[in-house]
Amino acid sequence: MTVAGAPVLVEPAAAAQGALLSVRGLQLHIPSSPRPLRAVDGVSFELRRGETLGLVGESGSGKTLTALSIMRLLEPPLSGFVRGEVALDGVELMSLSEREMSDLRGRALSMVFQEPMTSLNPVMTVGRQIAEPAMRHLGLGAAEAAARAQEMLRLVGIPDPARVAASHPHLLSGGMRQRAMIAMAIACRPALLVADEPTTALDVTVQAQILELLGDLQRELGSAILLITHDLAVIAENAHRVAVMYAGRIVEEAPVDVLFAGARHPYARGLLASIPRIERSRPEMLPEIPGVVPGPGERPAGCAFAPRCARATARCHAEAPPLLDAAPGHRLACWEPFDG
Amino acid sequence: MSAGAVASGGVWRRFLRHRVALGGAVVVALLLSAALFAPALAPQDPTLLDTSVRFLAPFADPRFPLGTDELGRDTLSRLLHGGRVSLTVGLVAMATTVLTGAAIGIAAGYLGGLADTLLMRFVDTMLCFPQVFLLLVVAAFVPPTLLSISLVIGLTSWMEVSRIVRAEILNLKEQDFVAAARALGASRARIMFRELLPNAAAPILVAATLKVASAVLMESYISYLGYGVQPPLASWGNMLTNAQGYFDTIPWLAVLPGLAITATVMGFNFLGDGLRDALDPRLRMDP
Repeated sequence: MTVAGAPVLVEPAAAAQGALLSVRGLQLHIPSSPRPLRAVDGVSFELRRGETLGLVGESGSGKTLTALSIMRLLEPPLSGFVRGEVALDGVELMSLSEREMSDLRGRALSMVFQEPMTSLNPVMTVGRQIAEPAMRHLGLGAAEAAARAQEMLRLVGIPDPARVAASHPHLLSGGMRQRAMIAMAIACRPALLVADEPTTALDVTVQAQILELLGDLQRELGSAILLITHDLAVIAENAHRVAVMYAGRIVEEAPVDVLFAGARHPYARGLLASIPRIERSRPEMLPEIPGVVPGPGERPAGCAFAPRCARATARCHAEAPPLLDAAPGHRLACWEPFDG
Repeated sequence: MSAGAVASGGVWRRFLRHRVALGGAVVVALLLSAALFAPALAPQDPTLLDTSVRFLAPFADPRFPLGTDELGRDTLSRLLHGGRVSLTVGLVAMATTVLTGAAIGIAAGYLGGLADTLLMRFVDTMLCFPQVFLLLVVAAFVPPTLLSISLVIGLTSWMEVSRIVRAEILNLKEQDFVAAARALGASRARIMFRELLPNAAAPILVAATLKVASAVLMESYISYLGYGVQPPLASWGNMLTNAQGYFDTIPWLAVLPGLAITATVMGFNFLGDGLRDALDPRLRMDP
């Protein structure tokens, strides 16, 4: 009912408010002697529709293993060591059979990989590779799927879709291949797209185009994106929220502007400080974080960052800090954080 | 133009540029058509005995262009019909070898773990026996028909193919496109047969052509030893057997089937080589 002809502004549907992806206590502890390797050590986060969460951290921080665990793409024996809950749109992925899971992959959730040069099958035409998931998941016929593949190639900004669809991957440049890879991943309009370092292997100019493309597609399809990268600049431009991982755990999670304005975890702050800034007046040494990430088998008992942390106290070395709400939408795992 | 037309056009062009392969293909085509049309091409019945014309030399009598053997049978007719037998055995044995070898190689390579260990130890066990002894033992128990000879040869020579395929699959399955295919929902079977197998096609094809050649040799071998194709049916192998008693006096009886075997083996080997070069999409330069 409208009153006096005034349009009623309707809030987006309630479902859009809830989490699309909910990860609870995700663990990957690999049995080993003398101690298990805690590659992923209790990761929890949520991701809403249309939102991009940047997962950032150094090499070895567990970003990719987190993504592969969510996708359930780890091979045995690793796949047997994953614990925790991953719910996508209310469906608990960890309890699905492999068959049910592969039915969801590509349709409800899909993934873009780092290396576009090797992520496409060298002996299949690009068009065929994009068409395959559409035929499998949407039951399209060969001709419809081929048309769909060309439509997808156009959507990812390829100017000559018919020619590219008929080409084998080695004829395409890295940027074109990554576009084709993205076309494959979105061919069935998945609700969740996991992008693992999607631009790391590309030239800087192509990087910007690919990231812009992901943003455009997100607005068009309403997908949620889990953007994994070690590059904070990529996060700053393309994510809504950011979670900083260190040694298999999330140490701080906040909206991008909040984190970039004032990270509170010493590690997150150190990462931000190590970005080169054009406005620095004189050439100076970039600050760096001393030491290296401890391997998954040599994590200390307390906070994993304590040995490298200038602010560490006795408590930091003895007891691992839990990830708690520091402010609405801002989670932090630190005993001695900087002031917000 | 569809994708297939463009791609196969490139393959065809590169194959035609490969002289040796083209030569191999021509030889194979000639041998296959000679075998196929043997009944029409053969001037005589290959089993017809005529003791009045024994041991004719080639070109001595227009009725017997390549001469006659110790029973007066026409050598050309026997070569043509023998080629039929030898090539049939070669092709059926190759198909058996490739199917068995590829299936076992893919299963071992892709599934890994216990399946891999068991299958590869089985391969090792099979390889412990010299193929000829294995062949002769089996041939001694199985009545020698064309099919049984082909299957016996095929089932005792697939091990090499399975190792080639397994090695190829082990290399391929670590590649990102396999993970990418899984990430888009491909099932195990789909990955094995649509993603991995076509990528292993080149070495399988080369192995297949080599196997035709070696199966023809094997057939000759066991026929020569008397366990293979039984007289009066001619094969190149049992023609050699017959010829051995006269090798010092009438060598062409051995030389002619020997040349046929040599031509077949070389033809198939060159053909396989050329196909490998032409089919490898990584060598494709044209769009």
